[in-house]
Amino acid sequence: MTTEAQHDTVDMMLNMGPQHPATHGVFRMVLTIDGERVIDVTPHIGYLHRGSEKLCEHESYGQVVTLFDRLDYVANLNNELAFCRAAERLMDIEVPERAQYIRVALCELNRLASHLLFLGTYAIDLGAMTPIMYGFRERERIQNLFESVTGARMMHNYIRIGGVKEDVPPDFVPRARAVLKDVRKGVDEIDRLLTFNEVFLARTKGVGVIDAATAVSCGLTGPSLRASGVAYDVRKDDPYEIYPYLGFEVPVGHDGDCWDRYYVRLLECHQSIHMVTQCLDQMEPGPTMTQRRRIARPPKGEVYVHCENPRGDIGVFVVSDGTDKPYRVKVRPPSFCNLVALRPMMRGAYIADAVAILGSIDIVLGEVDR
Amino acid sequence: MRARAGEAVVFGMIVAGLLGILGGLVLSVGALGTPERVTLEVLAQLATVLIVLFTLLAIVVLTLVWLERKQLARMQSRVGPTRVGPFGLLQPVADALKLIMKEDVAPGTSSKLLFFVAPLLVFVPGFVVWLTIPFARDVVVRSLDMGLFFFIAISVLSIVGLVLAGWSSGSKYAVLGGIRAAAQLISYEIPIIMTVLTVAMLADSMSFVVVVEAQRTVPYIVLQPLGFVVFFLAGLAEVGRTPFDVYSAESEIVGGPFVEYSGAHWAIFFLAEYVNTFVIGAVAALLFLGGWSWPFGDLPAAAGVALFLGKTYLVVMAIFWVRATYPRLRIDQLMSLGWKVLIPLSFAVVVATAVQLFYDWPRWTLPAMSLAVLAVPVVMQLRGGRRRALAEARRYAERAVVVEAKPRPQRPQEPLEPQEAGA
Repeated sequence: MTTEAQHDTVDMMLNMGPQHPATHGVFRMVLTIDGERVIDVTPHIGYLHRGSEKLCEHESYGQVVTLFDRLDYVANLNNELAFCRAAERLMDIEVPERAQYIRVALCELNRLASHLLFLGTYAIDLGAMTPIMYGFRERERIQNLFESVTGARMMHNYIRIGGVKEDVPPDFVPRARAVLKDVRKGVDEIDRLLTFNEVFLARTKGVGVIDAATAVSCGLTGPSLRASGVAYDVRKDDPYEIYPYLGFEVPVGHDGDCWDRYYVRLLECHQSIHMVTQCLDQMEPGPTMTQRRRIARPPKGEVYVHCENPRGDIGVFVVSDGTDKPYRVKVRPPSFCNLVALRPMMRGAYIADAVAILGSIDIVLGEVDR
Repeated sequence: MRARAGEAVVFGMIVAGLLGILGGLVLSVGALGTPERVTLEVLAQLATVLIVLFTLLAIVVLTLVWLERKQLARMQSRVGPTRVGPFGLLQPVADALKLIMKEDVAPGTSSKLLFFVAPLLVFVPGFVVWLTIPFARDVVVRSLDMGLFFFIAISVLSIVGLVLAGWSSGSKYAVLGGIRAAAQLISYEIPIIMTVLTVAMLADSMSFVVVVEAQRTVPYIVLQPLGFVVFFLAGLAEVGRTPFDVYSAESEIVGGPFVEYSGAHWAIFFLAEYVNTFVIGAVAALLFLGGWSWPFGDLPAAAGVALFLGKTYLVVMAIFWVRATYPRLRIDQLMSLGWKVLIPLSFAVVVATAVQLFYDWPRWTLPAMSLAVLAVPVVMQLRGGRRRALAEARRYAERAVVVEAKPRPQRPQEPLEPQEAGA
């Protein structure tokens, strides 16, 4: 501080967002900067607050699924699954095996789509403009597949309490295989272009480092946590649906820097492809909806369920008062909780790093603000 | 149908105009000698030349914009502009019209006069440089003996405009961009001066024409490859293109000095950026690729111009190619690359050239020295990069947690009835 006083410099407040190309939506962070260095950062959220949790209290259980679609709007099916699992546990419903396979296959595809979007936007944050084109091209194939299954590209409302809305179309399996083949090529293309690019390494290696202990104490989950070397994955540690029957690897980083967070996601793309392939192999014909007729009113009680979303551990807490509407729904959104780690990561970084760090946590504002 | 015809007419007019301007330039500028005194006639002649040059540059910029968008699109598996005109050729014209028709807004906190002068300060140097750049031996507005010096002296002026734009905008992002621009452009001016000096030493002249004529048999890129690489990289930084687009970084400081500009004034910045890119391409073509000359005898002026433009577009396309490939450097990395790598390298180039010339070593020693220096980073990069990738892959493979698939419980023998499926 003494040298600063000698040079008679003052810190500058730089308001980044809510309208800024690198804040991925309406996120606002107020940076305190000294020249090009970030001294402190204050995140401001709430620009996309829609009161989703409160709205849930006015909808019947079946209708709440549509609200969950709108939380993490690039991984809609994963959100639907989280709520449906909570409601199913509350009502004690057994989901048919085929429905579970369809759910997992679609969720992994959605994770793939979400990570592809991340790879592209992260490159844009760092000033490379080509990977997003590759990412969107491959994501588009997945979206088309979703459209053929659910009839929608984003707000699917396809995973329902007790199963899925309807069986997948008859040509789903071959179509999905073709899509996976193309997507694998696209992911490799991004990998070759970006991962070991000297400039990319210079911009991401050793930037935004967060060690395992701090990451855990900040409540970081998902790929951002695994990049710091903690092998925590809900699919592995608390398996749900048919994940136990799938073999996969959980990629784990070591440095906890931006590059690791990027590379973990890139490797997860390959794992998701692998998992979807297994689902397609193991899928057998059968019903896709529970045979229980009365699924509107759960008994009194409460339940907490968590799932592995593309951005981390999504938790859903539902309280039932015995009516057809939940008494309270609380979501633990991974993006929101991951934002806690923003400040420890960003202190002392450059302005350009601030963008790289924020991009590497991969937040979705629909989920942060709810 | 009428729209189609209109497009064709406009396009034809542009092509005809381009050809006419080229012809006019060839005919008129050769005749412009040193006037005894300033008469109305001389002024008119000067105005004509300037207007011709400006129009020519405007058209060059329009083609560059189209070329960049198409080339980037092809590299990113897109098709690029296709709607306006054949192959989307008129897209830049449409964009320019849109920009000119937009409202010109100045922020309330800006210093209005400086704010509106700054774009011109950036544009004029890039424009004036063209007065001395020869398209072919006789196709030049003014062939100066100190052409290389003139180029350096004039092109460095655009820094003032960028800093002024950043400062006068009254916006923090713009100020940051302006300061970055000052630091970046001043740093990268030195390698440019040094490599240009090398060329001047080799040709024993600072006139563009002499430099090009000296490359009739062997272009200087063969003699001094390292010099070309340094010039190309520093040139990228000079015009603020990827990976050195630090001062206008779109995703960090949202366009830097340009963030508050709109409409016609933004269009002038845009024009300046492309004119400057073309200047770097043209100077690289003249200094290192042999300009309008080729080893097989003399070419007619028109063919020379075409050859020169071809080489220029080649360099410019390489600049666009880099843009499609690389992320952006950070400001500190940019500065250390400039001061710790490019400036020492450019001094090495000067020293090597001087030694070769002074001791009259055979000519092949120069490219040998140059390539030897160039090989060090290339080999280090290639080997280091591969080793790094392999090590990284190994570390990840070691740490990855493998989750084995459990065997699936046997399903009941009789599958459920299909009508229950949709329940």
